[in-house]
Order: sequence, then structure tokens, then C-alpha cells
Amino acid sequence: MHDTQLPTYKPKDFATDQDVRWCPGCGDYAILKAVQKTLPTLGRRKEDYVFVSGIGCAARFPYYMDTYGLHSIHGRAPAFATGIKLANPALDVWLVSGDGDLLSIGGNHTMHTMRRNVDINILLLNNRIYGLTKGQYSPTSEFGKKTKSTPVGSPDYPVNPLSWAIGGGCTFVARSIDIDVLHLEKVMARAAAHRGTSFVEVYQDCNIYNHQTWFYASQKKTRPDSTIQLEPGKPMIFGADSDKGLQMDGTRLKVVELGNGVSESDLLLHDETDRGLAFMLTQLSFPEFPEPLGIIYASTEQETYDHVVHEQIRQAIEMDGKGDLHKLLHEGETWVVEDD
Amino acid sequence: MSTDTDTAHRHVDTKPVDAVAIRFCGDSGDGMQLTGGLFTNTAALFGNDIATYPDFPAEIRAPRGTTFGVSGFQVQFASTDIFTPGDAVNALVAMNPAGFKTNIMDVEPGGIVIVNEDEFNKANFKKCGYEASYDPLDDDELNRRYQIVRVPMTRLTRESLTDAGMGAKDVDRCRNMYALGIVCWLYDRPLDPTIRFLDNFFGKKKDKPEVAAANIKALKAGFFFGETAELFPVRYQVARARLNPGKYRKISGNEATALGFVTAAAKANKQLVYASYPITPASEVLHTLSRLKRYGVTTFQAEDEISAVCAAIGASFAGQLALTGTSGPGLALKGEGIGLAVMLEVPLVVIDVQRAGPSTGMPTKTEQADLLMALWGRPGESPCIVVAPRSPSDCFDMAIEAFRLAVRYMCPVIYLSDGYIANGAEPWLLPDLDAIEPIQIEHPSETNNPDGTFLPYKRDPETLARPWAIPGTEGLEHRLGGLEKEADTGNVSYDPENHDQMVRTRAAKVLKAADIIPLLEVRGPESGDALLLGWGGTYGTITTAGDELREAGHSVSTAHLQYLNPFPKNLPDVLGRFKTIIIPEINLGQLLKVIRAEYLIDAVGINEMRGKMFRIADLVEKTLQIIGR
Ligand code: SF4
Repeated sequence: MHDTQLPTYKPKDFATDQDVRWCPGCGDYAILKAVQKTLPTLGRRKEDYVFVSGIGCAARFPYYMDTYGLHSIHGRAPAFATGIKLANPALDVWLVSGDGDLLSIGGNHTMHTMRRNVDINILLLNNRIYGLTKGQYSPTSEFGKKTKSTPVGSPDYPVNPLSWAIGGGCTFVARSIDIDVLHLEKVMARAAAHRGTSFVEVYQDCNIYNHQTWFYASQKKTRPDSTIQLEPGKPMIFGADSDKGLQMDGTRLKVVELGNGVSESDLLLHDETDRGLAFMLTQLSFPEFPEPLGIIYASTEQETYDHVVHEQIRQAIEMDGKGDLHKLLHEGETWVVEDD
Repeated sequence: MSTDTDTAHRHVDTKPVDAVAIRFCGDSGDGMQLTGGLFTNTAALFGNDIATYPDFPAEIRAPRGTTFGVSGFQVQFASTDIFTPGDAVNALVAMNPAGFKTNIMDVEPGGIVIVNEDEFNKANFKKCGYEASYDPLDDDELNRRYQIVRVPMTRLTRESLTDAGMGAKDVDRCRNMYALGIVCWLYDRPLDPTIRFLDNFFGKKKDKPEVAAANIKALKAGFFFGETAELFPVRYQVARARLNPGKYRKISGNEATALGFVTAAAKANKQLVYASYPITPASEVLHTLSRLKRYGVTTFQAEDEISAVCAAIGASFAGQLALTGTSGPGLALKGEGIGLAVMLEVPLVVIDVQRAGPSTGMPTKTEQADLLMALWGRPGESPCIVVAPRSPSDCFDMAIEAFRLAVRYMCPVIYLSDGYIANGAEPWLLPDLDAIEPIQIEHPSETNNPDGTFLPYKRDPETLARPWAIPGTEGLEHRLGGLEKEADTGNVSYDPENHDQMVRTRAAKVLKAADIIPLLEVRGPESGDALLLGWGGTYGTITTAGDELREAGHSVSTAHLQYLNPFPKNLPDVLGRFKTIIIPEINLGQLLKVIRAEYLIDAVGINEMRGKMFRIADLVEKTLQIIGR
């Protein structure tokens, strides 16, 4: 289709002329920047990107990306993305939306897109609140959280997006955080390279309605002890002084201090392809455990949905030839009425 | 006629008739749909005009012998041009008391009722709610009213298959072919097409030649029984119909719908992307299209109705012909998505095979009560083009028409079929594919603004459509969304004047379609006492009622709308030429409301919601009441 050489893009080539309307200090700015910095490194043409979103603050994302974009309706972005891939599998589809959009009203679609393994990248900007509708609790808000719609505390237990993704059969599951642009870029580049649904949860600060909700994980002082950076094949070490780690204790994970007879070689090694381990990791939550950041699970064993669908079409044509419409209409028993 | 069956052992008079309506009924396991279908094929191949209507049971596998497990299939075959499966049944074949009980009232006085006598026993009377002591076959009143012909079909079928080497259950499964044999004798139709089918289906496809042989044996046994048993004083013969010359096949509305959309995609040089969620009575479209991968069809069985419409919109945005299909409950769920397509101004076709509502209603029964939802059932001012096929074969033409309009005006088109035409079948004069106009689509590759930028909402002055630029096109990157658009640029805008203009423009664009849709045709005189105005699946019935009324000397014409938004341009003119406008609909008066509101005409409705098509006789009678005759 394209005979010209791939242009060299800069991040600003992916920025539109639209004023960015997020609140000052919103975590979305950093994420936008990280995406705009990542795309030029991926070796794809600008016109082949499509950004799709649902409704919510995060869902404004496509307006700020100078690519093809579809700001759709609440919760349904995964379905639009699926349709785009069915129509043209060559397109590189990114879905950016929030926790309310992807996990509440759109939970059904998110789950089914994951289990089908549609070849798209999903960025879940999780701020644990409804921002655009001005501060109601979201499906990731903590139990008991006081918000405009839960004056005496939320009676809902929150969903764990990454456990859900693993359970839903997602083939790439990762987590990053808005304040660490370098980490975001690294994770996104891996997500982009993955064939199949990639699901990246990004801890995002809503400056207005849920400020500091992720501070334990984002602030320099607390971050080393509240999070753990996963590296494939490496022991699971964390802590300000890299003095803590994760170990298996029977069927469970436990935090151990290094020293006193415990060495790095006693720690669990991260294996991105182990789904059982991945589920355990997604279950870790602060303060009992450090929360994992990085690539939690990545499997290439499953074919993508779009590939399977188009392969079925290719095979049908290979087997019986391209359909002849005339023959199709004239199929079955026919009879002729003569002119009289 | 096959040589096996044409030596008559006794002389029976043959009486020529113009048209016969036969209904086969029995338990859902009795194979009534197959039996009716085979008789239909036989009549069609012989050269009769045909129209069928299958009446499916409410439950898939209801307990045997109950009234809600009754499956029926009606076919009318004729030597004249017919439009419906017929009002009154001339001959009923009832395989059990439940079938008898639920169908007998539709048989014309004096009509033939062939029953499987062996099933008329106390146990079966109880199952279908007759008093155990009451045998309807002995009812004097019923015997006076109908020619009840008792045939011990179970016993005779078993006797004819004693050496077939099959179990009792399998032998009993051949009873429907025995019944079909009797009917073929009675109406002088050849057995060859049925024998051919049985050989192919059971013999070759299922690799059960013994089953094929047994069925064929039962069929012939039934035929010979008719010939020798002296139960019928006359045979009936329906001559060939004078249909337009050409090659025909039998087609149901759902089949024609699927084929029409495949043809539309071919004519547009596009892939067809069909996204749907299973729902009665539309699922057959999904089944058919999913088998047509070689014809450029991609199907997607979505997780729900909403996903289906949204995936279709995504496919449209990405540049293919996007279709979604459902029935009423699904159309309700798709409303928000369709509204987005209105806003994005992308082509999309939505099939609604209407069924009886509200809510789950009666999924296997027909109705026309989704018209107002199709016209207005979305938030905000979100006009769609609405079309409605009027007969099974018309589904093919209207499907092509739907996409032609959707891509020309860059908007959603709702295609209102219904359970009656979706499942009903008629002969279809096979179209000349080359004579079907190509569907013109242009995807811009250049920017459309002198300053070198791309304006996704800059309109074509003739159609008011915006350009359909698709992802993958260099330099035309743009964002679409559900927020109100600024004219030309498509940027988000809350400007009051702009919104007012955009709402009006989207509505004006849809009305523009009237420029190319055909004018409404009147059947009968161009003016007169009354016009029967209908839409959708009632075409055959209303047309036949109108013809009968005119034959009886009344000044009544008929017209049938296939385009419901916008209306044909000459509609007000047509309406103005009749003293009374009568609008028969299988709803509480939905088109009626629109016509009254649009044209300030005191139109009158004829409305029924029985999950069935109107009876022609009822339409005739009610029309006469309205015009005061
Ligand atoms: S409300 Fe919260 S999430 Fe929304 S833009 Fe403002 S800071 Fe960001």
C-alpha cells in the first residue's frame, strides 16, 4: 500500500492543534506524553494508527493524538476496536479509557475482547473515581470510600483489573504509573510489540476528585517499599535498600528480608509466561505486599482473533475458490418459466 | 410424474382449481416444516406460484402432544399470481389431536381435514386439553362442517415398512412422508422432487441410504393409499401459473436478506462485515452469512447487541460495508450506537426482523410495532433512513437499496423486515446481476481544504454527505466522536448556532434521500373512495384485499411504502386523491400516527396484534365498514 519510505517521526508529529483540556496536574498529561514519545519508536506509519476511546476524562485522549481517532460512547470502545480490526487487520489500534468506562459500563466488552485476543493495545487509566461526572466512586474505588454518591462510604468491593484480565484470558498484562514516563514508555513499547490483546493498567492521579490515591506507589519516599519492579528471569527484590524480596511459602507468596540466611537465590524468579504466578502477582496489594509494576504476564501461544477470522476466510477461498455470486443465487432447485 | 405412480387403478374425477392452501400440522418432532417445504418445492418446480408461512412452536422441544408444541406449515399454490399463503385453509393435515385442536378453526367450511387417526386416543386428548371422554373426530358439529378423513397413518406406515429393518421409532419418523404421499396424490403432484431430496439428504449427505429408502417407501405407500382407499371422491389439480418468464428459485425473506447484502457488498467492491448477536427471528441471517466467507463476508458473533452495533460502526469507520442485524429487543439496545453513527456520519445498515413485543413478547410470531422506534427511538434528534421490504423476494432488492442509500448519504439505514416475510417463502425470479447498478463509493485520498488540512465534515452540496476518509490514508488523519461537531472541521463544538445548524443539516441530509428513491405506485385507479396504504410485510395481504374489493366493484386502490423515512416525494399527492386513507398495520397505528402528523389527514387504521398476518377476508370486511358499504 505504501511505497514511500517510513518517515522519521517526532513526538510532536503525533500532537494535534487541539487545546488539551484536562485539569492542570492531571496524570493524563504524562501518559499522553509517553504515548507520543513511544509511537515514533515503533516503526509504523502514522496513518495506520487508530486511537479509540469510550467516555470519561481519559477518553478525550484521541482528540490529542494526530492519528485516526474514534471517541465513541460509554463503555463500548472495545467493540469499536474489534470492528476496526475485523475490517482492516493492518491497522494498529490503541484503546485508551478509564476505569469506569472499561470496567463498569464496558466491563462486558473488555472481558470478551481479552478472551478473544483481539490484536489491540488497551491502556486503562485507573484513577479509582469518576472524574468527568464529578466525583462518584468507580469500580476500582476502595470499599468504604466516601464520595459524592457514597456519603457514608462505598458498599462495593473493588474489582482488581489485572486479576480480572488474567482470569479473562488476556495474553499480555502489565502495570505502570503516570509519574514514571520512562517506565511507561518501556511498558508501552512491549505492549505494542505484543500480538494479541495487551492490557496495561496505569495508576493515574486525578488531581481534582481523588488526589493522592496512588501516592504510596508514586512518591519517592514510599515507592520502593510499596511497589516491586518485575524483570523477566530476575529475582523479585524490592525496598529502598533492595533488602526485601518475595518467596513462595507453601502455596502463597510471602515477603522476606534478605540476610540472616536468606539470599537472592532463595527468592522467586519472575516468569512472564506463568499464568498461575501472574495471577498471584496481580493479587498483591499494599500495605501487606508491594504492588508489582512492569510486565506481569506475556504469552504468545494464542493466535489473535483477527488472524483466526481472516485465516478462516483465506482457507475457505483456498479450498473452494473465490465465491461466484451468480452461482450462489442460482443454488438449490431452480425452474424455468418459458415465455408463452 | 414418475412412472411408478402414474397407473391409476381406479377412475377418480379431477377437479381444476385456481389455488389451494394446505396446512400441515403436528408435534414439533413430526417433521412438519420439512413436509411443508417439500410439498412447496414440488408445487414450485411444477410451475405453480407459491407462498408459504411456517408457524413455529413457541418452545423448541415442548412435551409431546401439547398445544404449545404444535408446529405448522402453510403453503398456498396457485395457477394465478398470489401474494399470500392464503387466509382460509382448504386442506389441513393434522398428525395429532393438539395440531387438530389449534388449527381446525382456520379451515374453510367444507374443507378437507386429514388426520392420523392412530394418535387420536385418550392419552393424547388429555395432553392437549380435550376432555378425555371427548373425541373431536366423533363431534357431529365438526363432521358437518368439515370433510374429516381418518387415516391410521401410524399403523399403515409401520405395515409398509415391516421389512425395512429399522426400529419402531425410526419407522414412525416416516409418517410425515406417508402423509405427504397422500397429499401429493390428492393434488396430483409428482413424487420425483421429494424422492430426489430424500436420496440426496438422507442417502448422500447423512450417509443413511436405509433411511432414505424407508422414507421413499412411506411416501409411495401414502400415494398408493390415496389412489386405492376411495376416501376421496375427487382429486384437485392446480395448473401452472403464468409467472414472468425466467429462471426461478424458492426463497425466504431471511435468505433473500442475506443474499441481498452479499450482493450489495459485491456491487460496492467491499467486504461485508456482519456483526450480530443471536436472536429470533433474525439468527438465520447470521447463519447464512457465516457460511459465505468466500464471497467477501466477515461475520462477528458479538457478546451482546450493543457490541454488535458498535463493532459494525468500527468496521464502517475502517472502510468496509458494515451491517448489524437483530429483532426489536436488540434494536432497543442498539439505539445509542445508532445515534453515534448518526453523529459520526458513517454508513451503517441495521436489520430489524420484527417480532411480537413488547419485551420478549412472542419471539416466533410476527408484528410491525418497531416502526416508531426505528424512526425516533434514539436520544436527541437522530434521523435515520428507514426502509422496509414488502415480501420475501423483495428483501433482496431492499438490502441492496439500503446500502446504496447508507453510503450515498453517509448515515445509518434501518431495514425493517418481520417474522412473516423472514420465514415465509415465494418464487423468486433470479435477477440479472449485471443489470444491478454498482454502488459508488469514493474514499478521498487528498485533503479538501486549500490550506492543506483535511475537513472531515465538509459536505457534498448535492447529497450533504461528508467525505468517507478511512484510516490508512496518509495525510487525512482525523478524529470522529459523539460530541457535537463544528461544521467542516469536525472539531468539538458547544456553539449554540453551530449545534442548531448541525441538527438541521443531519435531518436535511436524510430527507435528501427522497431525491433518488422511487415514487409510490398505486395499484388500481389513481383516485377514488379509499386507498389502503401499508408498509412492510403486509403487502401481499393488503394487495389481495384491494384486488378483491375492486373485483366486487368498490373504488378502493392500494399502495405500499417500502421507504418510511424519507417518504416518496409523491406521497402527499397520492394521499390527496382519495376520500379515505385506510392504514392496516399489525400494531396500534404507528404509520397512521406519522401520516396524520405529517400530512394532517384524517386517516383511519385497521389494527390487529395476533402475532399473525391479517386475514384477507377481515381486511375486506373492515374496509367496507370504514367506507360505509
Ligand atoms: S477530573 Fe481528574 S481525571 Fe479528569 S481531567 Fe481533572 S484531574 Fe484529570
